[in-house]
Amino acid sequence: MAKVRGAVVVDTEVCKGCNLCVVACPTQTLALNRNVNSKGYHYSYMENPENCTGCTNCSAVCPDSCITVYRVKIES
Amino acid sequence: MSEVADRIKEIINPENLVYAKSPLLNDDIMHYCPGCSHGVVHRLIAEVIDEMGIQEQTIGVSPVGCAVFAYNYIDIDWQEAAHGRAPAVATGIKRVMPEKVVFTYQGDGDLAAIGTAETFHAVNRGENIVMIFINNAIYGMTGGQMAPTTLIGQVTATTPNGRNVDLNGYPLRITELLAQLPGAAYVTRQSVQNPAAVRKAKKAIRKAFEIQAMKKGTAFVEVVSTCSSGWKLNPVESNKWMEENMFPQYPLGDLKDGSRADAGLYSIKG
Repeated sequence: MAKVRGAVVVDTEVCKGCNLCVVACPTQTLALNRNVNSKGYHYSYMENPENCTGCTNCSAVCPDSCITVYRVKIES
Repeated sequence: MSEVADRIKEIINPENLVYAKSPLLNDDIMHYCPGCSHGVVHRLIAEVIDEMGIQEQTIGVSPVGCAVFAYNYIDIDWQEAAHGRAPAVATGIKRVMPEKVVFTYQGDGDLAAIGTAETFHAVNRGENIVMIFINNAIYGMTGGQMAPTTLIGQVTATTPNGRNVDLNGYPLRITELLAQLPGAAYVTRQSVQNPAAVRKAKKAIRKAFEIQAMKKGTAFVEVVSTCSSGWKLNPVESNKWMEENMFPQYPLGDLKDGSRADAGLYSIKG
């Protein structure tokens, strides 16, 4: 069965830590980082990167367009 | 752990790209509060314009309100209008340059309060423009005062005990009123609180721009939005509050889908 794996890249300086992507993520991949960016926001990051399927739900709800999504199909 | 990191490095590769920021959005960091729906709608407009390949022909008219700086973020031609007068300015632009794609981007204080006359008459004339209406039931930029669309009982800076019908009247469902007008071609109400809603809203915005290309009449897209700063909630709670309280008053869906009414229906017979 072909498995889908993905990864997201968050532009941490643009992210405002609104948490909407964390709520929208169906696989609990994303979380807010304990660290902050230069504006003081807890930016979003992949806490469980092995869960990501590259579904683009996070980038769909991101108000600051700071998420880029990659996806690959793995034949096994 | 390093195995996972290596795996991610392999995946992050231009050939595996499935979503990247629209090239029409520039690198300015938006001035909106965290979680504001404005950012999502800006992105949808940029994506639709990019996908339709009409960047060079599009002119946006930005309002007075939080979206006053919209021209800083989307790389198209913009015109700033006086408070509420965006539909009148858009009418002028479209009539002088009918080959251009013209849209207005307005909030509820701009479109439903000070600009009610311009809004109604632009739609009633069936101007070939797109109007995008962000309804967050509050005056966001000026500090969260009551707007015409504020819900009954909603606490704002100017209604500290909640909106009282005897004193402040009823919430204005301007989209329902505009759907009655013969000049309107497409009137819809959308929201952007979750991925499914965002995808639907994008389709609606695209349809609105296509209707303008077909010269069918005014296309009007309301987006029920959040104002987490004005509502004094966090972005996630705001979305929940919107679903529970805004949607019963402002139900989602298409209100009109067709084209401008035939002039013959309204002309004097004989």
